[in-house]
Amino acid sequence: MSTQTLSRARWVRGCILRLLLCLSAALVCALLAGLTGYILLRGLPHVTWQLLFTQSSVLRGTRGILPNLLNTLYVVLAALALVLPLGVGAAIYLTEYAASPRLVRAVEFAAETLAGIPSIIYGLAGMLLFCQLLGLGTSLLAGSLTLAVMTLPIVIRTTQESLKSVPQSYREGALGLGSGKWHMIRTVVLPPAMDGIVTGCILSAGRVVGESAALLFTAGMGMSLNRFFASWENFAHSSGATLTVALYVYAKERADFDTAFAIAALLMLFTLALNFTAKWAGRRLRRRKGERNE
Amino acid sequence: MSEPALLSVRNLELWYAPAVQALRGVNIDLPERQVTALIGPSGCGKSTFLKTLDRMCDLVPGVRVSGSVRYRGKEIYDPCVDVTWLRKQIGMVFQKPTPFPMSIYDNVAYGPRTHGVRDRPRLDAVVERSLRGAAIWDEVKDRLKKSALALSGGQQQRLCIARALAVEPDVLLMDEATSALDPISTSKIEELIAALKQRYTIVIVTHNMQQATRISDKCAFFLAGELIEFGDTTQLFSLPRDKRTEDYITGRFG
Amino acid sequence: MMRRTPRPLERLMGLFFSACGLTAVAFVLLISLYLILAGVPALRETGLPDFLLGRQWSPTAQRPEFGIAPFLLTSVYGAAGAVLLGAPIGLLCAVFLAKTAPPRLAAAVRPAVELLSGIPSVVYGLVGMLVLVPAVRRCFRLPDGAGLFSAILVLAVMILPSIVSVSEAALRAVPPEYEAASLALGATQIETVFRVTLPAASGGVAASVVLGVGRAIGEAMAVLMVAGNAANMPSLFKSVKFLTTAIASEMSYSSGLHRQALFSIALVLFFFIMLVNVLLNRLLKRKGG
Repeated sequence: MSTQTLSRARWVRGCILRLLLCLSAALVCALLAGLTGYILLRGLPHVTWQLLFTQSSVLRGTRGILPNLLNTLYVVLAALALVLPLGVGAAIYLTEYAASPRLVRAVEFAAETLAGIPSIIYGLAGMLLFCQLLGLGTSLLAGSLTLAVMTLPIVIRTTQESLKSVPQSYREGALGLGSGKWHMIRTVVLPPAMDGIVTGCILSAGRVVGESAALLFTAGMGMSLNRFFASWENFAHSSGATLTVALYVYAKERADFDTAFAIAALLMLFTLALNFTAKWAGRRLRRRKGERNE
Repeated sequence: MSEPALLSVRNLELWYAPAVQALRGVNIDLPERQVTALIGPSGCGKSTFLKTLDRMCDLVPGVRVSGSVRYRGKEIYDPCVDVTWLRKQIGMVFQKPTPFPMSIYDNVAYGPRTHGVRDRPRLDAVVERSLRGAAIWDEVKDRLKKSALALSGGQQQRLCIARALAVEPDVLLMDEATSALDPISTSKIEELIAALKQRYTIVIVTHNMQQATRISDKCAFFLAGELIEFGDTTQLFSLPRDKRTEDYITGRFG
Repeated sequence: MMRRTPRPLERLMGLFFSACGLTAVAFVLLISLYLILAGVPALRETGLPDFLLGRQWSPTAQRPEFGIAPFLLTSVYGAAGAVLLGAPIGLLCAVFLAKTAPPRLAAAVRPAVELLSGIPSVVYGLVGMLVLVPAVRRCFRLPDGAGLFSAILVLAVMILPSIVSVSEAALRAVPPEYEAASLALGATQIETVFRVTLPAASGGVAASVVLGVGRAIGEAMAVLMVAGNAANMPSLFKSVKFLTTAIASEMSYSSGLHRQALFSIALVLFFFIMLVNVLLNRLLKRKGG
């Protein structure tokens, strides 16, 4: 009878492979832990009230990132306000209206293509289209428009997924009662798909907060406080650096690494927060879906 | 019993979860070089029982087994038994044909390669012998390098049998191996089983009682996780000792 | 029966949704159109072969030369290096998550991978610039650690998450019957994963690698902060410029033909990315079918 234990070569090979698997996973975790730990340790001590609530002043020699915080907030809100109706609308068109399969394919291909374009190209295209063609100049509005185009595929995809998960019977029920298509969508399709739209928003917000290359030439590097809530002029025409762009400027052009790390720490915290929110929303979505399927 | 028992099972119990018992106190001796058919209604535990014989049931999370299964006198649930050795000795063919998404040749050579055969001429010989053994050589000898997924269902199933034969097993377990096939493919595989029992011990699970009478020497009837009756096929179908067996084979339930 | 005409609001909304769908298509067309319009003049001026194969990039010299071979090769080498380094690790990590890790552990590692993908690229750049670059300098006793090697390391980390998540999904999609059949032949779990599951998932794994290539070619800011930014022909420890970083670093001060040449670089980059995307979609579709 043949041997009853695994041949030595096979056993050794198996052990080596198992070890490699564990090592690579450990490496990924160590990378994340190392990065997060290092950035927070180096950055958080420099996050002060002064940094958060003033603007940088050369005269007084102080650093403040309030303008950049506000710029980021503004760009996130504006980009979301622009992309939401567009993305949700496109997803609704794809799942509810589109009649010709060729058109559906064209729109889906467009969304896939948009998802693959690197952000530096968005930066250039945004500069050509919004800053020059539409005459917006280097401004927060141009930056927001660019990022709206960039996040469009994210919103389309998540919305489309959640729309598809709405049972067909809901639609048939509503149409059977004689409601119009839009009425049907508004009353029985959109409400259960809300979680997916929210997830799309959070993912988009994450992408916008972390984006820099697409903003360099569209929203620019202005570091002073914009009173964009004061007038449309400010709103549309003043350039402003978001946190990520400011990080780049402080690190690369001003060699002020303490401020750069403080911004990095803030960005890490935002990323963590958005990630957990997205996860929470996603879990709710799945739970709801589970209920629906039962 | 007159024949020497190859697999001898004592007080086998199996739980899928603490409250879900699938096998209850099974005792059976499976004889060498004979075809044993396991019959019974769906969910009676016959497939589960088959999976305990090569420990494929270990793959189900949370499963618990007690009792004893001896293969050639060796306790297979002994912790020091190497399952890869056991599964090489006791091959299995599944209900759905499951060729790997590779060429026909690579499918058959998979087992020998896994067990350390690297030598090309030897592999060629094993592949040819196994494909001939599974009565499919003539149909595929010109396209050994083509994908196995292009074969018909019946051919795929015979390929899977060839793949199981390639590791030179002692026992062949077949879990409803013909239930997904058309009648012509089924009869081909039945002929194959009749030929294979000259060299292998075969245990099949089947839903089809005609099939059991056609191809098996011994037959075991399972009901609700218990082995109700085990004996010669002719005797079990003509003169069942147990009332429940009689009810089942005369079609009162199941 | 009388056919009722749709109410005006209904028609309006229908039009609105169609318009939304078409906007996505319009954006792609507009972006392509404008990149071509902006990129072609400089290509005409210098000639396509000279532009692509020229080894000298000196846009501000007395007699300016616009050869982007250094950038092209750097981008190709950079992406190749990042994939060579990142793909095996990512793939092994995906196998670990999908097949061998205890479920609890996998549930803890998976969010780590997602978080890694959420970190902004400037943050990678910052850490690369202040930790990695000095470390490379000390390790290899170089005058400056900023260069292709540092860029490859940063890119490898940045493409890890996409490789892990796409490969893991592909591995999970492999039918369990394959694995059962392999185990029944006496293969161990590890042998089964590497010899049956991985080959069966090869389409998705290839897609993940292509996705990684796309990410690596398109990344700008992190690379800008660690690659040194001199227009050298690529060499492992030399300061280099990528296609993306050439655009990012020079756009702000360029003018005239130089500026147009930068748009041409963008056009070349766009062309590359479109190729990668087409390949990616092919792979993903084939896996689905």
